[in-house]
Amino acid sequence: MNDKAFFRRLCRYYGLYTLGFILFLGAVAILEHEGFPRVWIGYVFLFTTIVIYAGIGVLSRTSDVTEYYVAGRRVPGIFNGMATAADWISAASFISVAGSLFLWGFDGLAYLIGWSGGFCLVALFIAPFLRKFGQYTIPDYLAARYGGADGGKLVRLAAVAATVVVSFTYVVAQIYGVGLITSRFTGLDFSVGIFLGLASILVCSFLGGMRAVTWTQVAQYIIILIAFLTPVTWLSIKHAHNPLPQLAYGPAIERIAAQERQFVVDPKEREVRAIFRQRAQDLEESIDGLPLSWESGRAEIQNNLEALKLGSAPLLDVRQTARELSAYPKDADEARRVWSSERDRNLARAEPPVPQALPFPGATKEASDIKRNNFLALVFCLMLGTAALPHILVRYYTTPGVPQTRSSVFWTLFFIMLLYITIPALAVLVKYDIYSALVGSSFSHLPDWVSYWAGIDKAHPLISITDVNLDGIVQLSEISMDVDMVVLATPEIAGLPYVISGLIAAGGLAAALSTADGLLLTISNALSHDIYFKTVDPGASQQKRVTISKLLLLMVALLAGYVASLKPGDILSLVGAAFSLAASALFPALALGAMWKRANRQGAIAGIAGGFLMCAYYMVRTHPTLGGSADALWFHIAPISAAVFGVPAGMAALIVVSLLTPPPDGRAQALVDYLRAP
Amino acid sequence: MTGEGRRTSAYWRRARRLTLWLTALWLIATFCTIFFARELHRVVLFGWPLSFYMAAQGILLIYVCIVGAYAWRMHRLDRAHGDHER
Repeated sequence: MNDKAFFRRLCRYYGLYTLGFILFLGAVAILEHEGFPRVWIGYVFLFTTIVIYAGIGVLSRTSDVTEYYVAGRRVPGIFNGMATAADWISAASFISVAGSLFLWGFDGLAYLIGWSGGFCLVALFIAPFLRKFGQYTIPDYLAARYGGADGGKLVRLAAVAATVVVSFTYVVAQIYGVGLITSRFTGLDFSVGIFLGLASILVCSFLGGMRAVTWTQVAQYIIILIAFLTPVTWLSIKHAHNPLPQLAYGPAIERIAAQERQFVVDPKEREVRAIFRQRAQDLEESIDGLPLSWESGRAEIQNNLEALKLGSAPLLDVRQTARELSAYPKDADEARRVWSSERDRNLARAEPPVPQALPFPGATKEASDIKRNNFLALVFCLMLGTAALPHILVRYYTTPGVPQTRSSVFWTLFFIMLLYITIPALAVLVKYDIYSALVGSSFSHLPDWVSYWAGIDKAHPLISITDVNLDGIVQLSEISMDVDMVVLATPEIAGLPYVISGLIAAGGLAAALSTADGLLLTISNALSHDIYFKTVDPGASQQKRVTISKLLLLMVALLAGYVASLKPGDILSLVGAAFSLAASALFPALALGAMWKRANRQGAIAGIAGGFLMCAYYMVRTHPTLGGSADALWFHIAPISAAVFGVPAGMAALIVVSLLTPPPDGRAQALVDYLRAP
Repeated sequence: MTGEGRRTSAYWRRARRLTLWLTALWLIATFCTIFFARELHRVVLFGWPLSFYMAAQGILLIYVCIVGAYAWRMHRLDRAHGDHER
């Protein structure tokens, strides 16, 4: 059979590819052993992987519509599962989740649960019906299902708007991740890194559309998995003498918990925390004394500077004081802002460590309950967001049939699960390493990686270890680490050869690039297929449609690269916003499409608009960077979980408006019957 | 025509029942793992605090089983109804 031969050929190609990659790793390891410089190892990994992806893109070039939009609908379930997993595993999954588990303990698990549980909804309510419908994009499906007097134009436009907003937010976060990784590992400038990554994305999706992206993503998944498993397995053998980290890290949790109890009562640790609390109190007093304290503070520094200049003080001191003066707040209002955030930072560091495995730690029952509710809310938003992210859903158009789509969702979740059950193992084992090796060591013998990672970004250091109580010994409270560095620095923390660092960087890059590939394609296809072909020029030739799509892809990619180079926010909060918006706007219409026959056009429009507006309103009302305030929270739910209010609002709007207006016409009813048939 | 409509709806009824059961399982597993995490924390199995194990691994495996069960049962249902047609 033709399908079987194709499947066997794919297995052979990817088997050889995996073998080749492992040999490549071995070769680089030997080069390192022979004294190959570290920077060059970074370059080798960066360029080799980018050339591989671009090569696959060139080999799969196409200008056929079905090939370009849905990879010819002949991707076997297991390979589509692998590609979707790579599409799914973003820079946030690969880099930030382990870091947040490391820093916040149990609370970080919300991301793992939400991002995997959402696939149950995809499997049960959306993917099989999409494949049965069998067109090209998500707005296609919604427009056909909720088509009415205007042929579904309004629904299509609303769905395109939601798709573009959500995917664009998400793609900016991915490209930001690409810039972060390339600049860290090669020393290239952040924006140069971004445009290098963009070039590789473009070669791939520009030439071959979905077809090239699919085969590249399978290759990227293999690299992601090898890159994540290698250092964790190594750590596991080192600390637990067991090559299966997923099973071995349980007992390490217990040992970490014992050490954490020790840190809470340790006199040196308490001394450091008391110093931070004192600093916070001093700042509090200065804030209360505004604006007088601002003037006296500035006068004091000025006097110091004068005195230093008059006396024969060393130049270094003069410069230091002059820098202090120029960094001093410009007016009382700025002083209030700067000092408040500094006070909060100090207060946070005055807290004893968060126990790794304890769920919802809080001082009181209420505080703990609020944490639990927020955990539930975040899981809810991430799950429904997962089930409504267009770039994931379009992948289920690419299989040969409905049964293949069902098995493909299973494979997707399986491949994602392989990585996700390893992420907590990494966080726990790295923590164990830091507790046992770094804490309690002497400041004169800090490992090299500390100064290396501290020096990357002087303005916002990724790690800072300062001898706060001046005893010459590292206390846990004196270490402050950034979420995004834990995974990337793992090989160095564990003392592994630099080739593993390069491998981790290649894995992170693959995760970010594969997601960005899928997202950019989704945005440009929504614009070219749904806006241009379906609305503006329905008579366009196949050639013209694909060309327009490629041009739009280029424009969207450059715009996203530009926005990412402005360095907005941190990765996790950007992605969180995208999930809540996707869930609120698209989930009700997508899920009820096949499940509830009575849902009609008016209801769908009300649902999309209502959900989106509710979610956006709550974010603007409560998110500090959007001008909201934390006092405006409802039930103490954080702004990242805005979909907790957005989805019910969208659902209610869809149901109420559908019931108030006439039932859908015969064509929509016939479509639902068709979707539900075997 | 009516005969085909009735057969389709029998297929759909069974598919819907399966969906309902799996959704309920999904909901209960997720909610219980999170809502009762503090209570489960006191139970330690093979060196694992049960709440951490469930949230970090157990629930993910349950999700994989739910999706796998759906694909498998629906495949059988498809075959049963597809054979009627031929």
